[in-house]
Amino acid sequence: MASKFSNITFMGYRRENGRVGVRNHVIILPVDDISNAACEAVANNVKGTMALPHAYGRLQFGEDLETHFRTMIGTGANPNVHSVVVIGIEPEWTKRIADGIRTTGKEVAEFSIEQKGDFETIRAASWAAKDFVHKATEVQREECSISELWVSTKCGESDTTTGLGSCPTVGNMYDKLLPEGITGFFGETSEITGAEHICQKRAINEEVGERWYKMWKAYQDEVIFAHQTDDLSDSQPTKGNILGGLTTIEEKALGNLEKIGRTSQYIDILDPAEQPSSGNGLYFMDSSSAAAECVTLMAAGGAVIHTFPTGQGNVVGNPIVPVIKITANPRTVRTMGEHIDVDVSGILRRDQTIDEAGDALIEMIRRTANGRNTAAEALGHREFSMTKLYRSA
Amino acid sequence: MSNIPHLLVHDHEDNVGVVVVEGLTAGTEMFCCVTHDNSTFTLTAGADVPIGHKIALKDLKEGDTAIKYGEDIGKIIADIPQGGHVHTQNCKTKRW
Repeated sequence: MASKFSNITFMGYRRENGRVGVRNHVIILPVDDISNAACEAVANNVKGTMALPHAYGRLQFGEDLETHFRTMIGTGANPNVHSVVVIGIEPEWTKRIADGIRTTGKEVAEFSIEQKGDFETIRAASWAAKDFVHKATEVQREECSISELWVSTKCGESDTTTGLGSCPTVGNMYDKLLPEGITGFFGETSEITGAEHICQKRAINEEVGERWYKMWKAYQDEVIFAHQTDDLSDSQPTKGNILGGLTTIEEKALGNLEKIGRTSQYIDILDPAEQPSSGNGLYFMDSSSAAAECVTLMAAGGAVIHTFPTGQGNVVGNPIVPVIKITANPRTVRTMGEHIDVDVSGILRRDQTIDEAGDALIEMIRRTANGRNTAAEALGHREFSMTKLYRSA
Repeated sequence: MSNIPHLLVHDHEDNVGVVVVEGLTAGTEMFCCVTHDNSTFTLTAGADVPIGHKIALKDLKEGDTAIKYGEDIGKIIADIPQGGHVHTQNCKTKRW
């Protein structure tokens, strides 16, 4: 059924595989920590490129290594990325990541440092990066349907105002745009604790709900109960959450889950950084509740815009995905206004409804998709954080 | 709504509400709103409570369950009078 949201269009970048991006980055992607320096040198040589340094990629194994590969490949494959220069210390893992990104059809150039050194690698990679910048800057935006957007969410530095205002605003957006065919992501496995009975019921059917519960329970048993030294009250809720008035994980979880609105149901569950394969709809990604880790995983899953409700004022951004900050806390609007894209503090004053706030967020999503830089982009927040499942070998 | 509320309550079953104004002081006659249906009531603040923090809507006893969103958000571990500040000093998770 057509709604007032059905005809929303935006000017995006249509990629070789049909996906649509809202940014046009040329990225210099290190396979591992020791290739960061070469990547940063290439990005310094060639203007209009961006290096994505990170801390891992050596001697990982098993599921931890698979998560690393998915994150690397997914980041390069994201439709906000035009083309990719991949640099690693040795050729095999470098090739695996480059080939993974190539399945999208986009241009990828790969370089390994062993037996060449940084100088020769940087020289050759800079030529490739320069060629990509020329190509990227000639690509034109074209009109795309709202249904082609993939929008993720995760909240941070939450307080009680996120559950009252900014999270229901995101939920209202999903309730309106998921029926229009967008693809959505939510997650934060540990932070559903206390609302798991509600979250399980929001699955599209019982089978998906049971798989969701097993995933959530496995995290409780294998990670929290295996490693906790106390009741986690120093970590989840965080010190910032507690300052903001949140007292328990149950309270935090119930506010968190407001992000999926009143009617939205999730259709499948994703591993960290996994790309959806069950069609349009809402997905739960098994993910950390740490802001940069979670946004990085969802960007690797293919989200092109992230909606980020905050209470006390989280400042996170992402190198390839614009992060839209929403707050209902009037004190945060006053003290940290440079970080806020959508002010919904009217909800607390009762002079703005959740419905109106949802519309305001949709309008900001449309403008961001058209190219408006978010506060996090303008302030240079490019946090790129790998999720590490256990110690490397 | 003509008045700006001091306190918002999610659900009629809740026994705690959230302060949504800055600088709330003890003794303030709070204008309170239940967001579920916009019904209103008044309550006297029993303490200076910062924005975002919770206030007990009725006397809560050690061993009671704190209810917000109509759901269990933890156990009361010290008595709290109506209007009092509800936080980590008197309310704790039932998990972990």
